Amino acid sequence: MGHDEFQKHEARIFTPSFLVLLVLTLIGFGLVALRFVKGIGAVSNMSDGYPWGIWITYDVATGTAIACGGYAMAILVYIRNRMHYHPMIRSAILTSMFGYGLAGFSVMVDVGRPWNAYNFFLPSKWQANSAMFEVALCVMAYTTVLALEFLPAILTTLEKTEWRTLQMLLDKLHARTGITRPERLDERLESVKELAAWLKPRLDKVLIFIIVLGITLPTMHQSSLGSLLLIASTKLHPLWHTGFLPLLFLINCMFIGYSIAILESVISCYAFKRPFETRELAGMARIIPWLTVIWLLVVIGDLAWRGQLAAALSLDFYSRFFLLEFCLVAGGSLLMFSGKKRESIRWLFVSAALIVLGGALYRFNVYLIGFNPGKGWHYFPALAELMITVGIVAFEILGYQVLVKILPVLPKLHTRQQHDQAHGVAEKA
Amino acid sequence: MAKDGLFPDINRRDFMKTCVTVSAMLGLPFGMVSKVAASARASDSRPAVIWLHFQECTGCSESLLRSTHPTLSNLILDMISLDYHETLMAGSGHQAEQALHDSMLANKGKYILVVEGAIPTKDNGIYCKVSGKTAMDSLQKAAEGALAIIAMGTCASYGGIQSVGPNPTGAVGVRDLVKDKPIINIPGCPPNPYNFLSTVLYFVTFKKLPELDQLGRPKFAYGRKIHEHCERRAHFDAGRFAKAYGDEGHSQGYCLYKLGCKGPATYANCSVVRFNDANVWPVSVGHPCIGCTEPELLFKTAIADKVQIHEPTPFDSYAPVDLKDKGKGPDPLTTGVIGLAAGAAVGAGVMMARKLPDGPEKGADHDKTE
Repeated sequence: MGHDEFQKHEARIFTPSFLVLLVLTLIGFGLVALRFVKGIGAVSNMSDGYPWGIWITYDVATGTAIACGGYAMAILVYIRNRMHYHPMIRSAILTSMFGYGLAGFSVMVDVGRPWNAYNFFLPSKWQANSAMFEVALCVMAYTTVLALEFLPAILTTLEKTEWRTLQMLLDKLHARTGITRPERLDERLESVKELAAWLKPRLDKVLIFIIVLGITLPTMHQSSLGSLLLIASTKLHPLWHTGFLPLLFLINCMFIGYSIAILESVISCYAFKRPFETRELAGMARIIPWLTVIWLLVVIGDLAWRGQLAAALSLDFYSRFFLLEFCLVAGGSLLMFSGKKRESIRWLFVSAALIVLGGALYRFNVYLIGFNPGKGWHYFPALAELMITVGIVAFEILGYQVLVKILPVLPKLHTRQQHDQAHGVAEKA
Repeated sequence: MAKDGLFPDINRRDFMKTCVTVSAMLGLPFGMVSKVAASARASDSRPAVIWLHFQECTGCSESLLRSTHPTLSNLILDMISLDYHETLMAGSGHQAEQALHDSMLANKGKYILVVEGAIPTKDNGIYCKVSGKTAMDSLQKAAEGALAIIAMGTCASYGGIQSVGPNPTGAVGVRDLVKDKPIINIPGCPPNPYNFLSTVLYFVTFKKLPELDQLGRPKFAYGRKIHEHCERRAHFDAGRFAKAYGDEGHSQGYCLYKLGCKGPATYANCSVVRFNDANVWPVSVGHPCIGCTEPELLFKTAIADKVQIHEPTPFDSYAPVDLKDKGKGPDPLTTGVIGLAAGAAVGAGVMMARKLPDGPEKGADHDKTE
């Protein structure tokens, strides 16, 4: 493995989808600005009964699970030692970085008194027994870890850069303004390159510890995301309120993580017109159904133990959402159990999409749909509230789209094949 | 306290008990007990007290006689130097007048003057005379050398029953005549003796007046309405009232408001400190409060009159069980947008899935884009 198994995707940055996403992002962030000027009530339908709306439910609880691609890939590559998946890890980490960073950002949008947020950085103000504190700490730490994990991609680029775009821009700028270019600029740019070259091997040496952290932190806080709802025993519907919430959230984030890694790969290969990574994806898809089977067994066993099976099948409002979530996950897993379907990109895409939808619906059920704070309370996201979430998601996709075109993120095509062959030989030997 | 000490008759245990009681009464922290004790023990700070009686029934003194911690004897012999008190003093006639004169002279500017009873002012105050002097003259003379004046009881504080119309003697309270001395009113008919005692010891301990309300009453004793700490309050809140003396509700101990209880308008600590060391007070034995600490209530409203409750601090109705809708539900625009977006996403997903190759992908075309 090494940093040369990745490559830039050579394509235009300013595409039609770029513009659409940019517009959505600008609308979303404009509304965020409105929220900070006029207050939360101006943009959202959250209330005393529903203090957690779509931002926490999607951006934080579901978004971080969808951002668990990096976590799932890191487990696969580094814990299960499947190094031939390594070329896929950088794009997974990039999406995770966006997912987690923006989850943290969403929390800042969501908290009622953001001006108190600095207290989070004062250890004297910590409440170390709080599950919410753990989530906050882990999300922040994991975002940093992901950034460090991603740093080699930037350093490699910096190391080899000719500053062509920058030089071009500077030339234009100076030509237009008539200011002479500072003499030492080239020298300084050169020193940046030298710094990158100096830092990269040193970072490589400690990267494995950062990766270990990157595997530990999600394990901790994904279960804590489930623990957050343990306290709401009278508010969360018994179909979902169980002592197994932390375990269910942990397994849930793993199978969502692998499924989203598959989806990402399929969609980006489709969109960027690259060949599909069928073999890697099929290998990964073999893991998912086992995780979902464990998860479904825990869910059913727990329901049976708590005597809620009848409620699950009663076909009322809650039961329907439960059954939908259950069928999506179970249906996707059934497809993935078939070796033949795993070899087909189409079925991989369908089954992974079903599992991601089901897994995400589970988190929606726990955080919002199955949550009833008391008689009379209603919640449905306001349009502005929704557009903030859409803007954040658009920004994620936009960032991914742009970064894969300026940094070596996607797997290098020919080396990967060579690597696979070499790996195959080694296994036989 | 040693047997040969200043007060050989009081043992240390009783003395400290008294100081603790008084400190608690004053709402002082426990650590202040020693300070109170030190003040009470120091011989030079044993304050001289001159107690004058005017138009009154001696009920206030009777009330004081029934205090047990400290007992009256401890109080007047050990804690204060009660130099003149017409009911309690052994001497009489010229001897008594001499004692009053001597004390006023010896403690000029240092003694505490306690006044019990209203002062008649009509016809030059001839309606109340002691040893040939009118109450007005006696008060004026005694007030001149006093450090502070304590008006004991409602009569001394505001004029009391004597001052009720037509007020044939023109009776007034101390505050209507003396303007240049600090006056503490301890109203009540009679007042709780511990309110008096605590005020005296506060003064002795801190050398200043306790915080007073706008009627000159110490706030530690008269800061809250009786109603706020009444043991029958729960019945008031629940709407259970005695409607006649001896009726079902009265025998059940229900709230006495409808019998004319003035508790909701009367500032006093009767419901907390109570009387006679037997934890009783009028309301506890079934009689409504008559508002004896309030100049506008006592003898000016009939016992059966109900006071207007301006601030019904308890909720007069329960929160509705069937709550109204709160929070905002879905609106057509948002649901429409979500529906369109979800439909588009599912559609795009399906279209994409149809375009994706079905079947194993060979690695052969990997180099295509290179």
